[in-house]
Formats: sequence, C-alpha cells, structure tokens
Amino acid sequence: MAGADRNAAGAMSTDDFIKGLWRENPVFVQVLGMCPVLAVSNSAVNALAMGLATTFVLVLSNTLVSALRQFIPRQVRIATFILIIATFVTVVDYLIQAISLELHRALGAFISLIVVNCLILGRAEAFASKNTVARSVLDGLGMGAGFTLGLLCLGGAREILGNGSLFGLALFPAAYQPWIVMILPSGGFFTLALWLLLFNHLKLRRQMRESPGNSPVQEATP
Amino acid sequence: MRSAHGHANAAHPPIWPLYRALVGVGLVCGLLIVSVFVLTGPVIARNEAAALQQAVFKVLPGAVARASFTLGPDGSFHPAGEGDAPPKTVHAGYDAGGRLVGVAIEAQGMGYQDTIRVLYGYAPQSQAIVGMAVLSSKETPGLGDKIEKDPAFLANFQALDVSLAADGESLQRAVEAVKSGSKTLPSQIDGITGATISSQAIAAILRQSSAQWVPLVYRLQGELESEPAAERKGEGETDGGR
Amino acid sequence: MNNDSLWTIFLNASLVNNFVLAYFLGICPFLGVSGKLATATRMGGAVCFVMLVSSVCAYGIHRLLVAIDAPYLQLISYIVVIASTVQLVEMFIKKMSPALFRALGIFLPLITTNCAILGLALFQTNKGYDLLQSIVYALGAGGGFTLALVLMAGIREKLELATVPDMVQGTALTLMIAGILSLAFMGFAGVGA
Repeated sequence: MAGADRNAAGAMSTDDFIKGLWRENPVFVQVLGMCPVLAVSNSAVNALAMGLATTFVLVLSNTLVSALRQFIPRQVRIATFILIIATFVTVVDYLIQAISLELHRALGAFISLIVVNCLILGRAEAFASKNTVARSVLDGLGMGAGFTLGLLCLGGAREILGNGSLFGLALFPAAYQPWIVMILPSGGFFTLALWLLLFNHLKLRRQMRESPGNSPVQEATP
Repeated sequence: MRSAHGHANAAHPPIWPLYRALVGVGLVCGLLIVSVFVLTGPVIARNEAAALQQAVFKVLPGAVARASFTLGPDGSFHPAGEGDAPPKTVHAGYDAGGRLVGVAIEAQGMGYQDTIRVLYGYAPQSQAIVGMAVLSSKETPGLGDKIEKDPAFLANFQALDVSLAADGESLQRAVEAVKSGSKTLPSQIDGITGATISSQAIAAILRQSSAQWVPLVYRLQGELESEPAAERKGEGETDGGR
Repeated sequence: MNNDSLWTIFLNASLVNNFVLAYFLGICPFLGVSGKLATATRMGGAVCFVMLVSSVCAYGIHRLLVAIDAPYLQLISYIVVIASTVQLVEMFIKKMSPALFRALGIFLPLITTNCAILGLALFQTNKGYDLLQSIVYALGAGGGFTLALVLMAGIREKLELATVPDMVQGTALTLMIAGILSLAFMGFAGVGA
C-alpha cells in the first residue's frame, strides 16, 4: 500500500504542482474563494501577503489532513478539517501581527476569513484526505501558488490603474490621474470580470483549434 | 469538538474512533495555537507599544517619553495597568526634562464610510490641540482619505484652539469645520474640497472628545506632571494599552 | 465599547457598507444562487436567520472568552459553535415545522461556512457592539445581503432574454453587473453619518 502510494507520488508529482498554477487555477478556472480575492486585491502588496498567508494555511492543513487521513473517520471529517484549518489560520494571524502590524491592519478581518475560503476545505476534502503527504504538500503548494498568482494579477492591475504604482513604486509621471474606481470595491468586480473574459477567450480559442490532447505545460506561465 | 453532536448522530456503531479523532485533533490544534500565542505574544505586544509610541510622539511634538493613565471611577488619573483600553485611557507625553508636553487622547466617530479612529494631542499650557493622526479609516481613496495625509489639512491641527471658558467646565468655542480657505477663528478647521463629510466627521470627533476630555485634563494636569516610569524614545517593553 | 445609534448601525450594515457589494463577503452564494428570483429570496431569508443566530452566539462566546482571558480561541470557537448551533437549529426546524424547513432548510448547511456569517461575527466583535447592537447589525447585514441578492437575481432573469456573446456569458457577466451595483451602492455613503 505504502509502496504503491509512493510510486504514484513519484509519477504524478510535477503535475500535482502545475495543475494548480494553470489548468485548475483556483481563481480564474475554478472561481473559488472569491471573497478575499476581491477584498484585499486593492494593492499588489496586500494581494501578495494574502496569497502567501493562504498558501501557508493550505500547505500545512493539507499536510496534517493527509498525515491523519487513516485516523479520521468519514463521519467527522468535515468537523476535523475545519478545526485543523481554523488552527492554522489563527497561527498565521498571530505570525502576521508579529511581523507587521501595518500589514495586519491592511488585511483586517480577511486573515481570519481564510477559514471559510472554500479553496482550502475543498483541497482537504478532494485531495489531501485521499493522497500521500508528499503529494498533498505539492498540491497545496501548486494551488497556493495559483491563488497567489491570481491575486497578484488582480492586485497589480488594480494598483497600477487605481494608484499609478506597483508595490508602492510610482510608475507614471505625477500628471497621471489615477482611476480611483479601480481601488474602490466596484473596481474589484470589474477587474476580475475582465480577467475572466481573457481566460474565457483563451479557452474558446483553444476549443476552436480542436486540440483536446494539448499539454497545459506548454502554456504554464501567462 | 461540540460539532461532534451534529455529525456523530449520523454515525454507525464504532463510536470510539469518532471521539478519538475529534479529541486527538482538538488536542493537537489546541497545543499548536497556545504555543504560537505564547511565542508571538511578546513580539506583538512590543510592536503595538512601538506603534502607539510612534503615534503619541507624532501628535505631541517635542515629547520623548510617554506614560499611560486611566481615569478611575473616583475621577482622578491612575497609571494605566494591564488591559486598560482607550475609552478611559490617555497617554501623557514628556519632554527631555521630564516636563509634561501634552496628552494624547484617542477618539472615534462615524465618517463617510465607516468609523474613523483618531489620536490627537492636547497641550494644557497652550490650551490647544497640537497634533492629530488618523489611526484607522475607510474613507474613499483619493478624496476622503486626504484627512490622513493632506499636509494642508493636517496643518490645521498644529495649533487648534480649545481653550476653556471662564467656568472651566466647557470650551470657549467648539471645534468646527469650515469651507476650505474660510478659516477665521483659531478653533476652526479648514475643510478639504471634495471631502466635506470626512472633514466634518473629524471636526465632530474632536468636538465631542475635546468637550469631554479637555476640562478634565486641564483640571487634573497636576496628577499627570509626575512621570511614573515613563518610556523613553527607543525603549521597548511596555504596559497595557493598545 | 461603541455608542453608534441602532439606526446608524442598521443603515451602515445594510446600505453603506453592504456585505456583498462593499465588503465582498458571501460572494459564492451571491454568484451561485442569484439565477432565479424565487430562490434568491428564500436564500436571503435563510441568511438573515443564520446571521441572527450566529450573531447572538458570537456575542455569548466573546463574553465567555473575555471572562476566561483566552482571545486565541476566538476564531476556532466562533466557527465550531456557529456551525454546530446552526445544525442543531436545522434539526429542530425539520422536526417542528417541515414547511419552514422546505423553504429554508436546504440552504442552511450551505450558508454556515459562508464568509458573511463569520465576517459578521468578527466585525461585531471588533466594533465592540453590545447584544442589542449586534442583533441590529445582524439584521442590517442580512437585509443588505438579501437586497443585493434579489437585485442581482432580478437583473439576471431579465438578461436571460438578451443575447450575450459567448465569451462574456457566465461568471464574467455576473461580476460586471455586480460591479455596477456596487458603484450604485456607493451613492449611499454618508447616509449613516
């Protein structure tokens, strides 16, 4: 059993990581965990911090869930998963406070709200509870990286247009009139809608080319 | 663990693994949370103290040390202890010679979008507000958030008159916001064009808070003169307060 | 402590800082269940109910945690207690009133782990509301959520009849409408001041 698992892990490991980045990207393809995506993506720094915090929770909860998967009966699995996730979120919350109070203030309650990010519970249920620790870690890393990437795409676009800067560095001359609407809540909806349009467009084009067997690896980075 | 009720009654026989799993996971999680809390606790307290220190020194120019006081039920100030929080706690700032520069007071009120929290410095000698910093706000970026960084607006608070009336119980003139550029009295705040409601919100917060605190601080400033183990600039450890 | 008046709290939670359109809480049901007006109304009702229950729970837990000085248990106990309370209430409704259960029941488990519920609990704690203020806050938040959901469902039902390019169909379209709704709701800012 253990041997077979390890074999499978060896054979599949790159794909475990890469599928989260592109083919099953949590933000653009699965459209999961939208609340933090929209709420904290008003600047690239916030987006990056939120993405990293989510990745941290995702990897650790995947690890623990998959390590304990033989030990947890099916009937109480959801309760246990939520308990585990809430623990790691509390840990992240305190760590961020210890690193920078300012960052903690900027992200606000959305750090705590990582608990109810469907992405994390979804991965625990769909992947970590059925696979080895190694594969679950890779899956968590991949999904987390995909989530961070999605957040950065949104946060970057919103900060560039709405504030004329990226990671706090001014990009345009002072005469640039920022599009304030982009950092307002409605800008979040619009930006995400535009990114989804782009992805839909790419998907439609691929379908038209009629090449179902194409490898996602070729287009791994946008 | 209480959620076991919800799931356990759906379970078929062996109930022992259910309890074992829930209690086991609960134990691991509890251990993890408590150890992280204990490890990061001092660091967080230090960060918070540093942030508070910085804010207090910002609104009280010239201060190099601070001490927190809490208004007791007997109507006089006591050095703040563990767990004393802003509504009744103020921070006194002292200069290099250990003399009272002023008192930093936290206040909050409804802004355009959400609650605004500010810290302002009151100097009893000049009977004026000598500094103001917005601690948190959700005002509209680009318009309302100018209350945080617009230099012309913040200049209003370098010497905002809040001198007491003859009876010593109320202010001579209440703080108010006026249209940008039409400030005539030292107790008026020049508003920001395009952010009238935010400017007025700040004025209202200061008006309310100063009416309550200024007579009190002025009357009791003797109790704040002494400097009980105040914290110097750059020093770390702290007492309560957030 | 917080001395906002109840009316301010209600207006603030329902219109000015609408949970869906300004705080982005509860986006998943907002995108998922806003296809049909009838479903949206019932979903809104269920959310109001769960919010009310969890707001009272969260207030109790907060008082308890303050009393035993264990702030680090806040998140974990909120989520566990709210989830199990809602489940208990669900079983109770199922036994007592099958009609009500049919109207709300299927949504209840879906809602429990919705971020709007936990967000409400965390915000009311952060703002230091007392019991009455918390209840009004929950009602406002639930009302605002229902309003946003019903508006969205109304628009989407009309859009069924329109021709929309393939590329825009689905979530992208819903998000654009949400953006416009959010812009419209910005007009409410300042109402509660």
